[in-house]
Amino acid sequence: MEHNHINWKKYILSFIITCAIFATVLYTSNYFSERRLAEVKTIQDKIAIDILSSETQFALLESSSCKFVGSSTLSSELSSLEEKLNITEKDRGANDAEIQSIKRYYSLLQIKDYLLMKKISEKCKTAPVSIVYFYSNTGDCPDCEKEGYVLTRIREEYPEVRVYAFDYNLDLSALKTLISINKIENKLPALMINENVYYGFQDVENLEKNIPELKALKALHIASSTTATSTKKR
Amino acid sequence: MAGITNSIVYILLFISLYFEVFILLTYLELRPIIKYEDEKALEKAKYYPTVTIMVPCWNEESTISKTLHSLLNLDYPADKLEIMAIDDGSTDNTWEVLQKFSSYKQITLVHKENGGKHTALNFGLSQSKSELIGCLDADSYVDKDALKHIVQYFEDKQTMAVTPSVKIYQPKNILQMIQSVEYGWGIFIRKVLAYLGALYVTPGPFSIFRREVFEKIGSYRHAHNTEDLEIALRMQAHHMKIANAHNARVYTVAPDTLKKLYRQRLRWTFGFIKNVIDYKFIFFRKQYGNLGIFILPMASVSIISGIYLIGMTFFNAGQSMMHSIERFITVGFSPHLPSFSFDIFSINTEFIALAGSIAFIGTFLMVLVSRRMSEGKLSFGMDLVYFLTLYTFIAPLWLTKAVFNAIFSVKTTWR
Repeated sequence: MEHNHINWKKYILSFIITCAIFATVLYTSNYFSERRLAEVKTIQDKIAIDILSSETQFALLESSSCKFVGSSTLSSELSSLEEKLNITEKDRGANDAEIQSIKRYYSLLQIKDYLLMKKISEKCKTAPVSIVYFYSNTGDCPDCEKEGYVLTRIREEYPEVRVYAFDYNLDLSALKTLISINKIENKLPALMINENVYYGFQDVENLEKNIPELKALKALHIASSTTATSTKKR
Repeated sequence: MAGITNSIVYILLFISLYFEVFILLTYLELRPIIKYEDEKALEKAKYYPTVTIMVPCWNEESTISKTLHSLLNLDYPADKLEIMAIDDGSTDNTWEVLQKFSSYKQITLVHKENGGKHTALNFGLSQSKSELIGCLDADSYVDKDALKHIVQYFEDKQTMAVTPSVKIYQPKNILQMIQSVEYGWGIFIRKVLAYLGALYVTPGPFSIFRREVFEKIGSYRHAHNTEDLEIALRMQAHHMKIANAHNARVYTVAPDTLKKLYRQRLRWTFGFIKNVIDYKFIFFRKQYGNLGIFILPMASVSIISGIYLIGMTFFNAGQSMMHSIERFITVGFSPHLPSFSFDIFSINTEFIALAGSIAFIGTFLMVLVSRRMSEGKLSFGMDLVYFLTLYTFIAPLWLTKAVFNAIFSVKTTWR
């Protein structure tokens, strides 16, 4: 028995083991954080290629028929990237330099995608539905979180709708130009739908009212699900 | 602000993990000794000293008979064992129940005016002439071999007191099952602390002392209603060795309602805080060994870290719940099932989450070791599940209130 005896070696050994555990945890946490970042970058590269490919395809087909150009031409990875970027931002902190740089790049890609979509719809006389959403996460927009829930629901209900989300305060000249061209004021949340700008919180019903195309999409969904059900029954 | 909160969590996690590593390393050192003691317990004692067991009772009419019968059944020479039942001015039928034992030669019945447990014990101390003196709470029962095992530890002349292993008597409801796991953990930690010379409680149920302890350091004190904690701290302050007989089993009736448990734990935690303040000179002094430099500071920090970490968990869970409610109010239930894709984005790999998980695994490991020690085997029952899930929710109740009471000097009562 070691009554009143202090075994300093054990204290030091415990300290070393605890430090080793902490270091391992730190390493693991960093490793996963880096992996996430790498994955986000990979998706971003894929989107960049998708956009470049769409632009090239569009340029090639400019003089030809629209039947080769559809909504599938546009990159389908944007919303999944946003979700993953949000997780990575939470993990590394909004002020992380890498995150800031990725967000800027992501915003640029969104702008390019938005412009390309507009070009396609002008040329082919299609009317793909898009919502451009401006938010702020610096604490001056209490309704932005709620608006985020609404847009997530819209995305779930209408996968065809392209939602572009921009951090209003992001230091990116292209974004600032987009804001000034469309005269978006700093009254957030702000939504730009078919050239119209809506300020303040918009719920699902409001959006469905403001975007008549959504009704058509809804009717299409109901029709397709009914067909699927009746086919199954047979 | 978030930076400060995170730093505090990092420090508390490091301390918790350090404590776990230290305790597990000590346990590895201790294992051969436990084995040796288990083998020794099978041998016959070389000498049976005279022993007085005091049973202080205040309104214990329902349990006292069983307590006394368990003492009468002890495997110990009858002429060496005196049982002193001290009625501390009960207002129920305790004294009438005690009369049934008046014919037993081993049992002395004493009635005195109510003055609190410590006065009953001091009265017993003044009457006893035995070499060893102990106490058994009137809601506890001893194993037949308990005293025999304890006495063996007094063969070491340095040992001044021996504590037993306390288990819960027939746990029935969820609350008692949780306490059963907790007491099992207590059996393990008490053994480790005894090895480190750092026991700071000699539990009311069946801790046995040499009579010279009281002759040298004085009798029991009120000690904020936790006289068993104070006497141990006083012994440590006088460098008296306290051993632990893990194979001496004592069973105690656990509180069966949350209210009773809350009151008991509030008294314990409050008593701990107040006594630790009274004995603060032990802190960080090398002459008090592991108790002074590590165990007592750790036990004190654990109260604060318990409140802080559990508070933070509740705060975060509350925030996340508020978000879910806000989302529900805004968009209602989603008709779409969430997609579960198991990629690195679906696992929380933040440092605090990972380090917290490791600390939890450490706790789980120690609970398993303590179960093996208290039950003799590794078993996974519902009690373990209740303990690991519910204990976190109920412990902050008394931890917070005890700290509040200690700061604002609100006194606790026995019942």
